[in-house]
Amino acid sequence: MRFTEEFRDPKAAKALLKEINKVVDEIGATKEKPVHIMEICGGHTHAIFRYGLDKLTPAGIEFIHGPGCPVCVLPMSRVDECIELAEKPEVIFTTFGDAMRVPGTKKSLMQAKAEGADIRMVYSPLDALELARRHPEREVVFFGLGFETTTPSTALSIQQAAREGLTNFSVFCNHITVPPPIKALLDDPHMVLDGFVGPGHVSMVIGTHEYDFIAEDYGKPIVVAGFEPIDLLQSVLMVLEQIRDGRAEVENQYGRVVPEHGNAVSKAAVADVYEKRPTFEWRGLGEIDESGLRVRDVYKAFDAEAKFGIGYSAESRHVEEPEGCACGAVMTGRMKPMHCPQFGTGCTPEMPLGALMVSSEGACAAYYQYGGARAIEAAE
Amino acid sequence: MCLGIPGQIVEVTDGERQMAMADVSGVKREVSVACVAQGDLEDLVGKWVLIHVGFAMSIIDEEEAAETLEALRGLGEAQETLEAMAHGVSALEGTQ
Ligand code: SF4
Repeated sequence: MRFTEEFRDPKAAKALLKEINKVVDEIGATKEKPVHIMEICGGHTHAIFRYGLDKLTPAGIEFIHGPGCPVCVLPMSRVDECIELAEKPEVIFTTFGDAMRVPGTKKSLMQAKAEGADIRMVYSPLDALELARRHPEREVVFFGLGFETTTPSTALSIQQAAREGLTNFSVFCNHITVPPPIKALLDDPHMVLDGFVGPGHVSMVIGTHEYDFIAEDYGKPIVVAGFEPIDLLQSVLMVLEQIRDGRAEVENQYGRVVPEHGNAVSKAAVADVYEKRPTFEWRGLGEIDESGLRVRDVYKAFDAEAKFGIGYSAESRHVEEPEGCACGAVMTGRMKPMHCPQFGTGCTPEMPLGALMVSSEGACAAYYQYGGARAIEAAE
Repeated sequence: MCLGIPGQIVEVTDGERQMAMADVSGVKREVSVACVAQGDLEDLVGKWVLIHVGFAMSIIDEEEAAETLEALRGLGEAQETLEAMAHGVSALEGTQ
Protein backbone atom coordinates (compact mmCIF):
# COMPACT_ATOMS: atom_id res chain seq x y z
CA MET A 1 0.00 0.00 0.00
CA ARG A 2 1.28 3.39 -0.99
CA PHE A 3 0.76 4.74 2.49
CA THR A 4 3.31 2.47 4.12
CA GLU A 5 5.78 2.73 1.25
CA GLU A 6 5.74 6.49 1.15
CA PHE A 7 6.00 7.42 4.78
CA ARG A 8 9.34 7.10 6.49
CA ASP A 9 7.46 6.44 9.69
CA PRO A 10 4.07 4.97 8.77
CA LYS A 11 3.21 4.24 12.38
CA ALA A 12 3.59 7.87 13.38
CA ALA A 13 1.59 8.93 10.31
CA LYS A 14 -1.23 6.58 11.21
CA ALA A 15 -1.31 7.79 14.80
CA LEU A 16 -1.44 11.41 13.61
CA LEU A 17 -4.23 10.68 11.16
CA LYS A 18 -6.23 9.00 13.91
CA GLU A 19 -5.81 12.03 16.12
CA ILE A 20 -6.71 14.37 13.24
CA ASN A 21 -9.94 12.42 12.67
CA LYS A 22 -10.76 12.66 16.32
CA VAL A 23 -10.25 16.43 16.51
CA VAL A 24 -12.19 16.99 13.28
CA ASP A 25 -15.09 15.12 14.89
CA GLU A 26 -14.78 17.13 18.07
CA ILE A 27 -14.96 20.33 16.03
CA GLY A 28 -17.95 18.92 14.23
CA ALA A 29 -16.48 19.58 10.80
CA THR A 30 -17.93 17.60 7.90
CA LYS A 31 -17.60 17.43 4.13
CA GLU A 32 -20.53 19.85 3.88
CA LYS A 33 -19.22 22.11 6.61
CA PRO A 34 -15.45 21.72 6.47
CA VAL A 35 -12.70 23.66 8.22
CA HIS A 36 -10.68 25.59 5.67
CA ILE A 37 -6.95 25.37 6.16
CA MET A 38 -4.66 27.28 3.85
CA GLU A 39 -1.14 26.06 3.27
CA ILE A 40 0.68 29.19 2.26
CA CYS A 41 3.84 27.75 0.75
CA GLY A 42 3.96 26.20 -2.72
CA GLY A 43 6.36 23.57 -1.41
CA HIS A 44 3.65 22.45 1.00
CA THR A 45 1.06 22.40 -1.81
CA HIS A 46 3.40 20.12 -3.74
CA ALA A 47 3.92 17.85 -0.72
CA ILE A 48 0.17 17.64 0.03
CA PHE A 49 -0.53 16.38 -3.50
CA ARG A 50 2.57 14.23 -3.72
CA TYR A 51 1.65 12.30 -0.58
CA GLY A 52 -2.08 12.49 -1.14
CA LEU A 53 -2.57 14.18 2.22
CA ASP A 54 -5.77 15.79 0.99
CA LYS A 55 -7.18 12.28 0.47
CA LEU A 56 -5.74 10.71 3.62
CA THR A 57 -7.15 13.40 5.89
CA PRO A 58 -10.88 13.41 6.65
CA ALA A 59 -13.36 15.14 4.36
CA GLY A 60 -14.02 17.66 7.12
CA ILE A 61 -10.75 19.38 6.19
CA GLU A 62 -10.53 21.43 3.04
CA PHE A 63 -7.10 22.57 1.96
CA ILE A 64 -7.01 25.96 0.29
CA HIS A 65 -3.82 26.37 -1.70
CA GLY A 66 -2.17 29.65 -0.93
CA PRO A 67 -0.31 32.17 -3.08
CA GLY A 68 3.12 30.90 -2.03
CA CYS A 69 4.58 30.04 -5.41
CA PRO A 70 6.50 33.05 -6.73
CA VAL A 71 6.38 31.83 -10.31
CA CYS A 72 2.58 31.48 -10.15
CA VAL A 73 1.91 35.00 -8.92
CA LEU A 74 4.27 36.72 -11.33
CA PRO A 75 2.15 39.04 -13.49
CA MET A 76 2.32 38.78 -17.24
CA SER A 77 3.50 42.34 -17.58
CA ARG A 78 6.62 41.50 -15.60
CA VAL A 79 7.38 38.56 -17.87
CA ASP A 80 7.01 40.92 -20.83
CA GLU A 81 9.47 43.28 -19.19
CA CYS A 82 11.94 40.45 -18.64
CA ILE A 83 11.78 39.71 -22.33
CA GLU A 84 12.20 43.37 -23.23
CA LEU A 85 15.38 43.40 -21.11
CA ALA A 86 16.62 40.07 -22.43
CA GLU A 87 16.25 41.12 -26.05
CA LYS A 88 18.57 44.08 -25.65
CA PRO A 89 21.73 43.12 -27.56
CA GLU A 90 24.10 44.16 -24.76
CA VAL A 91 22.25 42.19 -22.09
CA ILE A 92 22.95 38.74 -20.71
CA PHE A 93 19.70 37.95 -18.91
CA THR A 94 20.08 35.50 -16.05
CA THR A 95 17.22 33.73 -14.32
CA PHE A 96 16.23 30.77 -12.18
CA GLY A 97 15.10 27.98 -14.50
CA ASP A 98 11.63 27.98 -12.88
CA ALA A 99 10.74 31.23 -14.62
CA MET A 100 11.57 30.10 -18.15
CA ARG A 101 8.14 28.77 -19.10
CA VAL A 102 5.92 31.40 -17.49
CA PRO A 103 3.78 32.78 -20.29
CA GLY A 104 3.99 36.49 -21.10
CA THR A 105 1.53 38.21 -23.38
CA LYS A 106 3.48 37.23 -26.50
CA LYS A 107 6.03 34.69 -25.39
CA SER A 108 7.89 33.12 -22.51
CA LEU A 109 11.59 33.51 -21.72
CA MET A 110 12.05 30.04 -23.17
CA GLN A 111 10.66 31.19 -26.51
CA ALA A 112 12.70 34.40 -26.42
CA LYS A 113 15.83 32.32 -25.83
CA ALA A 114 14.97 30.07 -28.77
CA GLU A 115 14.64 33.20 -30.89
CA GLY A 116 18.18 34.21 -30.01
CA ALA A 117 18.04 36.33 -26.84
CA ASP A 118 21.01 35.68 -24.55
CA ILE A 119 19.11 34.20 -21.62
CA ARG A 120 20.93 31.95 -19.21
CA MET A 121 19.47 29.76 -16.50
CA VAL A 122 21.52 30.02 -13.36
CA TYR A 123 21.32 28.40 -9.97
CA SER A 124 22.25 31.46 -7.98
CA PRO A 125 22.68 35.21 -8.33
CA LEU A 126 26.32 34.39 -7.53
CA ASP A 127 26.52 32.85 -11.01
CA ALA A 128 25.22 36.11 -12.47
CA LEU A 129 27.85 38.06 -10.53
CA GLU A 130 30.54 35.77 -11.91
CA LEU A 131 29.21 36.29 -15.45
CA ALA A 132 29.43 40.05 -14.92
CA ARG A 133 33.06 39.70 -13.82
CA ARG A 134 33.88 37.57 -16.86
CA HIS A 135 32.05 39.77 -19.38
CA PRO A 136 32.82 43.40 -18.55
CA GLU A 137 31.67 44.39 -22.05
CA ARG A 138 28.15 43.04 -21.47
CA GLU A 139 25.31 44.06 -19.14
CA VAL A 140 24.38 41.19 -16.86
CA VAL A 141 20.84 41.43 -15.51
CA PHE A 142 19.63 39.01 -12.84
CA PHE A 143 15.92 38.32 -12.57
CA GLY A 144 15.33 38.65 -8.82
CA LEU A 145 12.34 36.43 -8.16
CA GLY A 146 10.95 34.87 -5.04
CA PHE A 147 9.89 35.34 -1.46
CA GLU A 148 11.97 35.91 1.65
CA THR A 149 13.97 32.75 0.94
CA THR A 150 15.66 34.19 -2.16
CA THR A 151 15.57 37.92 -1.36
CA PRO A 152 18.66 37.80 0.89
CA SER A 153 20.64 36.20 -1.95
CA THR A 154 20.11 39.11 -4.33
CA ALA A 155 20.59 41.68 -1.56
CA LEU A 156 23.93 40.15 -0.62
CA SER A 157 24.89 39.92 -4.30
CA ILE A 158 24.17 43.62 -4.82
CA GLN A 159 26.24 44.47 -1.74
CA GLN A 160 29.07 42.34 -3.11
CA ALA A 161 28.83 43.98 -6.56
CA ALA A 162 29.00 47.39 -4.87
CA ARG A 163 32.08 46.38 -2.89
CA GLU A 164 33.80 45.18 -6.06
CA GLY A 165 32.74 48.25 -8.02
CA LEU A 166 31.07 46.16 -10.73
CA THR A 167 29.24 48.49 -13.12
CA ASN A 168 27.66 45.91 -15.44
CA PHE A 169 25.53 43.99 -12.93
CA SER A 170 21.94 44.78 -12.04
CA VAL A 171 18.90 43.06 -10.56
CA PHE A 172 15.40 43.21 -12.01
CA CYS A 173 13.72 43.06 -8.64
CA ASN A 174 10.45 41.16 -8.36
CA HIS A 175 10.87 40.01 -4.80
CA ILE A 176 7.66 39.72 -2.85
CA THR A 177 6.84 39.10 0.78
CA VAL A 178 4.54 36.52 2.35
CA PRO A 179 2.55 38.43 5.00
CA PRO A 180 0.79 41.08 2.80
CA PRO A 181 -1.13 38.65 0.55
CA ILE A 182 -2.22 36.73 3.64
CA LYS A 183 -3.60 39.96 5.02
CA ALA A 184 -5.28 40.71 1.69
CA LEU A 185 -6.92 37.26 1.66
CA LEU A 186 -8.06 37.67 5.27
CA ASP A 187 -9.57 41.03 4.36
CA ASP A 188 -11.44 39.49 1.42
CA PRO A 189 -15.06 38.98 2.57
CA HIS A 190 -15.47 36.08 0.13
CA MET A 191 -12.67 34.06 1.64
CA VAL A 192 -13.37 31.57 4.40
CA LEU A 193 -10.15 30.69 6.18
CA ASP A 194 -10.07 29.00 9.56
CA GLY A 195 -6.35 28.49 9.97
CA PHE A 196 -2.96 28.42 8.27
CA VAL A 197 -0.01 26.14 7.79
CA GLY A 198 2.90 28.57 7.61
CA PRO A 199 5.93 28.34 5.33
CA GLY A 200 9.01 26.65 6.78
CA HIS A 201 11.96 28.03 4.90
CA VAL A 202 10.56 31.54 4.57
CA SER A 203 10.16 31.54 8.33
CA MET A 204 13.73 30.37 8.77
CA VAL A 205 14.70 33.76 7.32
CA ILE A 206 12.06 36.08 8.80
CA GLY A 207 11.22 34.26 12.05
CA THR A 208 7.71 33.71 13.36
CA HIS A 209 6.70 37.14 14.64
CA GLU A 210 5.73 38.45 11.21
CA TYR A 211 2.65 36.25 11.53
CA ASP A 212 1.54 37.68 14.87
CA PHE A 213 -1.13 39.78 13.13
CA ILE A 214 -2.85 36.62 11.89
CA ALA A 215 -3.46 35.46 15.45
CA GLU A 216 -3.78 38.82 17.16
CA ASP A 217 -5.74 40.91 14.64
CA TYR A 218 -7.68 38.21 12.82
CA GLY A 219 -8.00 35.57 15.53
CA LYS A 220 -6.78 32.74 13.27
CA PRO A 221 -4.28 30.01 14.17
CA ILE A 222 -1.08 29.52 12.21
CA VAL A 223 1.49 26.76 12.58
CA VAL A 224 4.88 27.04 10.84
CA ALA A 225 5.60 23.62 9.32
CA GLY A 226 8.42 21.49 7.93
CA PHE A 227 8.29 19.65 4.60
CA GLU A 228 8.09 16.02 5.50
CA PRO A 229 4.61 14.53 5.28
CA ILE A 230 4.78 13.83 9.01
CA ASP A 231 5.58 17.50 9.65
CA LEU A 232 2.56 18.53 7.63
CA LEU A 233 0.20 16.13 9.39
CA GLN A 234 1.46 17.24 12.75
CA SER A 235 1.01 20.90 11.81
CA VAL A 236 -2.51 20.31 10.53
CA LEU A 237 -3.29 18.62 13.84
CA MET A 238 -1.89 21.59 15.76
CA VAL A 239 -4.07 23.98 13.72
CA LEU A 240 -7.13 21.81 14.36
CA GLU A 241 -6.44 21.65 18.09
CA GLN A 242 -6.25 25.43 18.21
CA ILE A 243 -9.58 25.67 16.39
CA ARG A 244 -11.16 23.14 18.74
CA ASP A 245 -9.85 24.95 21.82
CA GLY A 246 -10.81 28.37 20.51
CA ARG A 247 -7.18 29.50 20.54
CA ALA A 248 -5.42 31.64 17.94
CA GLU A 249 -1.65 31.48 18.25
CA VAL A 250 1.48 31.41 16.17
CA GLU A 251 3.00 28.00 16.78
CA ASN A 252 6.23 26.59 15.41
CA GLN A 253 6.23 22.91 14.49
CA TYR A 254 9.56 23.35 12.63
CA GLY A 255 11.54 24.74 15.56
CA ARG A 256 14.48 22.52 14.71
CA VAL A 257 15.13 24.76 11.68
CA VAL A 258 13.11 27.94 12.25
CA PRO A 259 14.44 30.30 14.92
CA GLU A 260 11.91 32.64 16.50
CA HIS A 261 13.69 35.73 15.21
CA GLY A 262 14.88 34.43 11.85
CA ASN A 263 18.30 35.04 10.36
CA ALA A 264 19.83 38.35 11.45
CA VAL A 265 22.43 38.69 8.67
CA SER A 266 19.95 38.17 5.87
CA LYS A 267 17.36 40.46 7.42
CA ALA A 268 20.00 43.20 7.72
CA ALA A 269 21.12 42.76 4.10
CA VAL A 270 17.54 42.91 2.83
CA ALA A 271 16.83 46.04 4.88
CA ASP A 272 20.01 47.69 3.59
CA VAL A 273 19.37 47.03 -0.11
CA TYR A 274 15.58 46.97 -0.48
CA GLU A 275 12.58 49.03 0.51
CA LYS A 276 8.85 48.31 0.20
CA ARG A 277 7.08 49.38 -2.96
CA PRO A 278 3.83 51.21 -2.22
CA THR A 279 2.05 48.47 -4.17
CA PHE A 280 2.88 45.44 -6.33
CA GLU A 281 0.80 43.43 -8.77
CA TRP A 282 0.15 39.72 -8.14
CA ARG A 283 -1.19 37.49 -10.86
CA GLY A 284 -4.70 36.48 -9.87
CA LEU A 285 -4.78 38.72 -6.81
CA GLY A 286 -4.25 42.19 -8.27
CA GLU A 287 -2.34 45.02 -6.63
CA ILE A 288 -1.44 44.43 -2.99
CA ASP A 289 -0.12 47.22 -0.77
CA GLU A 290 3.49 46.99 0.36
CA SER A 291 3.80 43.44 -0.92
CA GLY A 292 6.83 43.90 -3.17
CA LEU A 293 10.36 45.21 -2.77
CA ARG A 294 12.48 47.54 -4.84
CA VAL A 295 16.12 48.54 -4.78
CA ARG A 296 16.88 51.56 -2.58
CA ASP A 297 18.24 54.69 -4.22
CA VAL A 298 21.72 54.22 -2.74
CA TYR A 299 22.03 51.04 -4.81
CA LYS A 300 20.33 52.54 -7.88
CA ALA A 301 23.30 51.61 -10.08
CA PHE A 302 22.32 47.95 -9.54
CA ASP A 303 18.60 48.39 -10.19
CA ALA A 304 17.69 47.16 -13.68
CA GLU A 305 14.42 49.13 -13.58
CA ALA A 306 16.27 52.40 -13.11
CA LYS A 307 19.13 51.46 -15.41
CA PHE A 308 16.96 50.47 -18.36
CA GLY A 309 13.86 52.57 -17.61
CA ILE A 310 11.60 49.53 -17.35
CA GLY A 311 8.76 48.40 -15.13
CA TYR A 312 7.44 50.36 -12.20
CA SER A 313 9.90 53.12 -13.03
CA ALA A 314 8.10 53.52 -16.38
CA GLU A 315 4.34 54.07 -16.60
CA SER A 316 1.97 51.43 -15.25
CA ARG A 317 0.79 48.68 -17.51
CA HIS A 318 -1.79 46.21 -16.35
CA VAL A 319 -2.29 43.29 -18.72
CA GLU A 320 -5.40 41.14 -18.73
CA GLU A 321 -5.13 37.39 -18.21
CA PRO A 322 -5.75 35.17 -21.25
CA GLU A 323 -9.33 34.27 -22.17
CA GLY A 324 -10.96 31.42 -20.30
CA CYS A 325 -8.22 31.21 -17.71
CA ALA A 326 -9.40 30.86 -14.12
CA CYS A 327 -6.07 31.44 -12.41
CA GLY A 328 -7.44 34.17 -10.18
CA ALA A 329 -10.31 32.05 -8.89
CA VAL A 330 -8.02 29.06 -8.30
CA MET A 331 -5.43 31.25 -6.64
CA THR A 332 -7.92 32.51 -4.08
CA GLY A 333 -9.33 29.03 -3.47
CA ARG A 334 -12.72 29.87 -5.02
CA MET A 335 -12.28 27.23 -7.72
CA LYS A 336 -10.54 23.87 -7.83
CA PRO A 337 -7.97 23.51 -10.62
CA MET A 338 -9.91 20.79 -12.44
CA HIS A 339 -12.92 23.06 -12.73
CA CYS A 340 -11.00 25.54 -14.86
CA PRO A 341 -12.21 25.05 -18.44
CA GLN A 342 -8.60 25.03 -19.64
CA PHE A 343 -7.32 22.44 -17.16
CA GLY A 344 -5.64 19.53 -18.93
CA THR A 345 -6.82 20.68 -22.35
CA GLY A 346 -5.74 24.21 -23.21
CA CYS A 347 -3.39 24.26 -20.23
CA THR A 348 -0.88 21.53 -19.38
CA PRO A 349 2.58 21.58 -17.76
CA GLU A 350 4.14 21.24 -21.23
CA MET A 351 2.10 24.12 -22.69
CA PRO A 352 0.99 26.22 -19.72
CA LEU A 353 -1.60 28.90 -20.32
CA GLY A 354 -1.62 30.10 -16.73
CA ALA A 355 1.26 30.34 -14.32
CA LEU A 356 -0.25 27.90 -11.81
CA MET A 357 0.54 25.17 -14.31
CA VAL A 358 4.22 26.07 -14.68
CA SER A 359 5.93 24.99 -11.52
CA SER A 360 5.36 21.85 -9.47
CA GLU A 361 4.53 24.22 -6.61
CA GLY A 362 1.55 25.61 -8.51
CA ALA A 363 -1.80 24.14 -7.53
CA CYS A 364 -2.79 23.30 -11.12
CA ALA A 365 0.48 21.55 -11.95
CA ALA A 366 0.35 19.62 -8.69
CA TYR A 367 -3.24 18.52 -9.39
CA TYR A 368 -2.30 17.57 -12.92
CA GLN A 369 0.81 15.67 -11.93
CA TYR A 370 -0.58 13.67 -9.02
CA GLY A 371 -4.32 13.65 -9.35
CA GLY A 372 -4.65 14.54 -13.02
CA ALA A 373 -6.62 11.65 -14.41
CA ARG A 374 -8.63 11.19 -11.24
CA ALA A 375 -9.35 14.88 -10.96
CA ILE A 376 -10.52 15.13 -14.55
CA GLU A 377 -12.77 12.09 -14.14
CA ALA A 378 -14.23 13.58 -11.00
CA ALA A 379 -14.94 16.80 -12.81
CA GLU A 380 -16.70 15.08 -15.67
CA MET B 1 14.01 27.80 -5.72
CA CYS B 2 11.85 28.14 -2.59
CA LEU B 3 13.09 25.11 -0.72
CA GLY B 4 16.63 24.99 0.58
CA ILE B 5 18.80 21.92 0.10
CA PRO B 6 21.17 20.50 2.72
CA GLY B 7 24.89 20.48 2.02
CA GLN B 8 28.03 19.90 4.03
CA ILE B 9 30.72 22.58 4.16
CA VAL B 10 34.01 21.00 3.12
CA GLU B 11 36.39 23.94 2.73
CA VAL B 12 36.57 27.72 3.07
CA THR B 13 37.46 29.03 -0.38
CA ASP B 14 37.50 32.81 0.08
CA GLY B 15 37.50 34.15 3.62
CA GLU B 16 37.15 37.78 2.61
CA ARG B 17 34.09 37.17 0.48
CA GLN B 18 32.80 34.59 2.95
CA MET B 19 32.64 31.83 0.38
CA ALA B 20 33.00 28.11 1.03
CA MET B 21 32.78 24.85 -0.90
CA ALA B 22 29.80 22.71 -0.05
CA ASP B 23 29.09 19.10 -0.90
CA VAL B 24 25.47 18.81 -2.00
CA SER B 25 24.54 15.19 -2.62
CA GLY B 26 28.00 14.53 -4.05
CA VAL B 27 28.09 17.71 -6.15
CA LYS B 28 30.59 20.39 -5.18
CA ARG B 29 29.28 23.92 -5.26
CA GLU B 30 30.75 27.17 -3.96
CA VAL B 31 28.29 28.90 -1.64
CA SER B 32 28.15 32.06 0.42
CA VAL B 33 28.32 31.49 4.15
CA ALA B 34 27.74 35.15 5.04
CA CYS B 35 24.39 34.38 6.72
CA VAL B 36 25.70 31.63 8.97
CA ALA B 37 29.20 33.00 9.71
CA GLN B 38 30.01 33.51 13.37
CA GLY B 39 33.62 34.08 14.37
CA ASP B 40 36.12 31.86 12.58
CA LEU B 41 34.87 30.65 9.21
CA GLU B 42 36.99 27.52 9.52
CA ASP B 43 34.64 26.39 12.30
CA LEU B 44 32.02 25.82 9.62
CA VAL B 45 34.00 23.06 7.93
CA GLY B 46 32.20 19.77 8.45
CA LYS B 47 28.93 21.46 9.40
CA TRP B 48 25.64 20.84 7.59
CA VAL B 49 23.75 23.84 6.25
CA LEU B 50 20.52 24.51 4.40
CA ILE B 51 21.42 26.21 1.12
CA HIS B 52 19.07 28.51 -0.75
CA VAL B 53 20.13 29.50 -4.27
CA GLY B 54 23.81 29.43 -3.34
CA PHE B 55 23.53 30.90 0.16
CA ALA B 56 23.78 28.89 3.35
CA MET B 57 20.87 30.15 5.45
CA SER B 58 20.91 27.96 8.51
CA ILE B 59 23.11 25.42 10.28
CA ILE B 60 21.32 22.13 10.84
CA ASP B 61 22.34 18.82 12.35
CA GLU B 62 23.25 15.77 10.33
CA GLU B 63 20.02 13.95 11.03
CA GLU B 64 17.89 16.92 10.00
CA ALA B 65 20.00 17.18 6.84
CA ALA B 66 19.38 13.53 5.96
CA GLU B 67 15.65 13.80 6.60
CA THR B 68 15.28 17.03 4.65
CA LEU B 69 17.17 15.53 1.74
CA GLU B 70 14.89 12.52 1.75
CA ALA B 71 11.82 14.75 1.77
CA LEU B 72 13.23 16.80 -1.11
CA ARG B 73 14.02 13.63 -3.08
CA GLY B 74 10.44 12.48 -2.57
CA LEU B 75 9.21 15.72 -4.10
CA GLY B 76 11.71 15.63 -6.95
CA GLU B 77 13.08 18.92 -5.67
CA ALA B 78 16.55 17.55 -4.88
CA GLN B 79 17.05 16.49 -8.51
CA GLU B 80 15.72 19.84 -9.69
CA THR B 81 18.21 21.70 -7.53
CA LEU B 82 21.12 19.58 -8.75
CA GLU B 83 20.04 20.25 -12.33
CA ALA B 84 19.87 23.96 -11.57
CA MET B 85 23.42 23.80 -10.22
CA ALA B 86 24.56 22.16 -13.46
CA HIS B 87 22.78 24.95 -15.36
CA GLY B 88 24.79 27.46 -13.34
CA VAL B 89 28.01 25.87 -14.55
CA SER B 90 26.94 25.77 -18.20
CA ALA B 91 25.69 29.37 -17.99
CA LEU B 92 29.19 30.50 -17.03
CA GLU B 93 30.69 28.54 -19.88
CA GLY B 94 28.12 29.92 -22.29
CA THR B 95 27.08 26.43 -23.35
CA GLN B 96 23.31 26.62 -22.79
S1 SF4 C 1 -5.62 25.23 -15.51
FE1 SF4 C 1 -4.22 26.75 -16.39
S2 SF4 C 1 -5.52 28.44 -17.03
FE2 SF4 C 1 -6.75 27.17 -15.61
S3 SF4 C 1 -6.44 28.09 -13.59
FE3 SF4 C 1 -4.89 26.51 -13.82
S4 SF4 C 1 -3.08 27.56 -14.66
FE4 SF4 C 1 -4.86 28.96 -14.94
